[in-house]
Amino acid sequence: MHLSETVQTGFYFLAPWLVLAPVVGLLINAIFGRYFSEKVVGTVASAASGTAFIVSALLAYSVSASHGGVVSVPFAEWIHIGNLKLDWTFRVDSLSTTMMLVVSGVGTLIHIYAIGYMHEDVRFKHEEGRFTRFFIFLNLFIAAMMILVSGDSYLMLFVGWEGVGLASFLLIGFWFEMDTLARPSWANSNAAKKAFITNRVGDFGFLIAGFLMFWYLGSFQFDEVFAAAPAIAESAPWVIVAITLFMLIGVAGKSAQIPLYIWLPDAMAGPTPVSALIHAATMVTAGVYLVTRSAPLYSLVPEAQYIVAMVGAGTALFAATIAVGQYDIKKVLAYSTISQLGFMVAAVGMGAYVAGMFHLITHAFFKALLFLSAGSVILGLERGHHAHEHHAHHDEKPKGKKKKEEEHGHGGHDDDHGEVFDPGDMRNMGGIRKTMPVTFWLYMIGTLALAGIFPFAGFWSKDEILLDAKLHYPSVYWQLSIAAFFTAFYMGRQIWMVFFGEARTDAAKHAEESPKVMTVPLMVLAVLSVVGGALNLPFKGFHQLGHWLEYTLGHLEFPPFDLGVAGISTVLALLAILISWLLYGRNPLKGNQPDPLKKPLGFVFTGMENKWFVDEGYDVLILTPFRKISQFLADVIDWRFWHDFVHDTVIAGTYTWVSSIALDRYADQRGIDAFANWLGTATQWVSDNVRKIQNGFVRSYALSVLLGVVLILGYLILK
Amino acid sequence: MVPVDYYIALSAILFVLGTLGVLTRRNPLIIFMSIELMLNAANLAFVAFSSVYQTFNGQIFVFFVIAVAAAEVAVGLALIVEIFKSRRNINIDELNSLKG
Amino acid sequence: MNSDLIVFLVLSLVAISSALGMLFSRNAVYSALFLVLNFITVAVFYLLLGAPFIAMSQITVYAGAIMVLFLFVIMLLGAENLAPGNSLPWQKPLAGLLSTILAVEAIYILFSRARSDAVITAPDASLNTMESLREMAMTLFSDYLLPFEVTSILLLVAMVGAIILTRREKGGQS
Repeated sequence: MHLSETVQTGFYFLAPWLVLAPVVGLLINAIFGRYFSEKVVGTVASAASGTAFIVSALLAYSVSASHGGVVSVPFAEWIHIGNLKLDWTFRVDSLSTTMMLVVSGVGTLIHIYAIGYMHEDVRFKHEEGRFTRFFIFLNLFIAAMMILVSGDSYLMLFVGWEGVGLASFLLIGFWFEMDTLARPSWANSNAAKKAFITNRVGDFGFLIAGFLMFWYLGSFQFDEVFAAAPAIAESAPWVIVAITLFMLIGVAGKSAQIPLYIWLPDAMAGPTPVSALIHAATMVTAGVYLVTRSAPLYSLVPEAQYIVAMVGAGTALFAATIAVGQYDIKKVLAYSTISQLGFMVAAVGMGAYVAGMFHLITHAFFKALLFLSAGSVILGLERGHHAHEHHAHHDEKPKGKKKKEEEHGHGGHDDDHGEVFDPGDMRNMGGIRKTMPVTFWLYMIGTLALAGIFPFAGFWSKDEILLDAKLHYPSVYWQLSIAAFFTAFYMGRQIWMVFFGEARTDAAKHAEESPKVMTVPLMVLAVLSVVGGALNLPFKGFHQLGHWLEYTLGHLEFPPFDLGVAGISTVLALLAILISWLLYGRNPLKGNQPDPLKKPLGFVFTGMENKWFVDEGYDVLILTPFRKISQFLADVIDWRFWHDFVHDTVIAGTYTWVSSIALDRYADQRGIDAFANWLGTATQWVSDNVRKIQNGFVRSYALSVLLGVVLILGYLILK
Repeated sequence: MVPVDYYIALSAILFVLGTLGVLTRRNPLIIFMSIELMLNAANLAFVAFSSVYQTFNGQIFVFFVIAVAAAEVAVGLALIVEIFKSRRNINIDELNSLKG
Repeated sequence: MNSDLIVFLVLSLVAISSALGMLFSRNAVYSALFLVLNFITVAVFYLLLGAPFIAMSQITVYAGAIMVLFLFVIMLLGAENLAPGNSLPWQKPLAGLLSTILAVEAIYILFSRARSDAVITAPDASLNTMESLREMAMTLFSDYLLPFEVTSILLLVAMVGAIILTRREKGGQS
């Protein structure tokens, strides 16, 4: 096919390579990775992801060239039973290509970053062989995510949904035998299990939604479902309500909304690129994508939309308050992510799909930037910690060095005082601005974008959500505004604690800047975080993203720019930053000083610090009863009743009794055994006696012959 | 005018006597002679029936039997001589190795 | 009671007596001689039954050749008397019992199916002629040619066998 023709007819035939490219990448690394150097492994994985990005771009170009034509690219037959035909088909339209671009674009940058990050991470953790494994998982994630966003039906979407869940599980538990501080423990694998099981709850909802959909609407395919939905909504509206609400459970699971968000903070146990890619930029937005994709369904049932919006707004506010009380740099960002996801879910719940998708994209940029910068900070501290430690050893006790390294071999990262040094704790930082200037500036850009300061990307996308909220759901608007205030506050707090003031530890003092392979992708993301707002400026004639998504979602209303909303949010953000400066910037934290918020807020801050005791609440409300029931079932029902009583006593006992008494003693011992023994004895006796007949005397033998003759004759006579 | 049954009875008696000799005597030569006696008893029955039925078949059978007996005796006596040569004894009770 | 029957009974007595004599003689030589007597008696029976050729064969082959061979071997091995002793004490009574039963059975069969019409008369003069001998020879060399030839081979084999058995290996190991 000639290029010119292809340009005209579109690059749709390339769609399968969205999935195949990362699969090929992971296969190459899985099979040949052991012979490759780290650079080759990272390059292969990044190239695989980059190929997916190029394909996405070509597909987006084709969609654009055809003015939003929705094209289905059949790829493989899957299930054909009677009239049921479920195929693997790629759906290329403006919505899916948007997601593809975000996933593969951000994904590729994070792949490149991870080459540098994992190079050091595997060395700090003394497991250099796991470098290849990391990139295999990362490519697996890209492939699954591509299946998710490119699927033509809810079923394919679900396949990808589960695939990214698996990749997430594998990557959260990447350092499965240690905790985040590299001490031997099952903390990381427990975090992975928590994420997986919590997602299972959500997937259960998604599955029920799928079953209902198939039962009442007769299909999984998007277009067919949407075509059949209005009629059903007329006759049985509860069906659509049920489908959308069960789908919301799935969304809550995957996109970390109340009440299933609890897994996401723990998921920070994974390496930082994973947190950035999966647990901030892409996978967790799958729920937002799902709601947007199901827009025709949600539009039919405003009640469900309202619930979605309230869940999103509630999550946004709730998570933002928790983020204020966190000390771990990644935990703050994790709660921030939950909060921002709440913004998106609220937006798509309100029907502001463009605003939701817009925020999804800008959030992918700046949250990935923040996470990766945080990773850079953590590694910088780690470097500083190691450099200082080795320095100290060289100077003071050179003989102890060997012993120290042996301890390191066992996974210990003790500092000189025997306590574990946590490079992610913001209380261990301070003043890093001077030692890591590049990271500082990148972090600042991300912070400003997240806080919603003009003209950064977050400002535009967040304001669009607030604008829609104000027009439709005032209560949501107020919740989100307060959440935005908290967002600016906790980000300000973080900046002051991490980068300003004086170094509170030796590690922070000796922190070192990250290499270019890590900072260059960050710069790209920083640029995107600055100019990303241009995608959808809220002025007439500038709604590029809106018009782009109109191809898929149908006609949309674009509310005009409201200076009031923008002004209020900007004032709130600046106010929050000011307060944070007053608390944390003016008087920087000293060594072991408690958080300055602790005194004025009292028990409220304790609640924030402890995530409002939600985990403990779940533990009391769900896990403890669950464990007790399980224990009861296992111990009493299964073990004592089934095993001890039914199996051991009744079945085994009866069997033993029957076999030992009836069968063994009588039938076997006195019957079969006795007969067999008798047979043996008899044979012995007979042979003992018959043996005597064969005495070797020919005369005797002749006598036997005569006996035979006599007998035969006698028989003949008497016959 | 002798009924054929008399001849057969005589044949039977001689046969039984031969049997007795085979079974009771310990001298292999006498056992051998007893066997010859049994053969003679059978021959007598043959010839008697041949006479009754006025055919030569019975007589020809006897002729063959005599020939076979001659051959048998030749080999049998050769065996006895051989046994004697190897064991210096021909007591049949000492030749009891014919068993498993 | 005619003369034929008297002759038969007397000869029978001689035959049985000689058989018993053979059976119970201590000395093997006596046994052999009793047997010769028995054979000659049987030969006379053959003559009475009109089988002169068989009678002659009996006397020449049995009473002559075979018994001479027996006597020769008895004397050669010095086996006239064996050392007394009996390793099978129950053999004798059991053999006697069984033999008696056999005899009773045989006689019973004989007389339970007796054919009174089948009698053997004294042989005609015509029977004892060369014609009858010729006729027998014709039967022997026509109908029974194959068995005759096989018999000749049997005799040859027996002869070779006897020679092989008794021959001393050249070189002395035996």
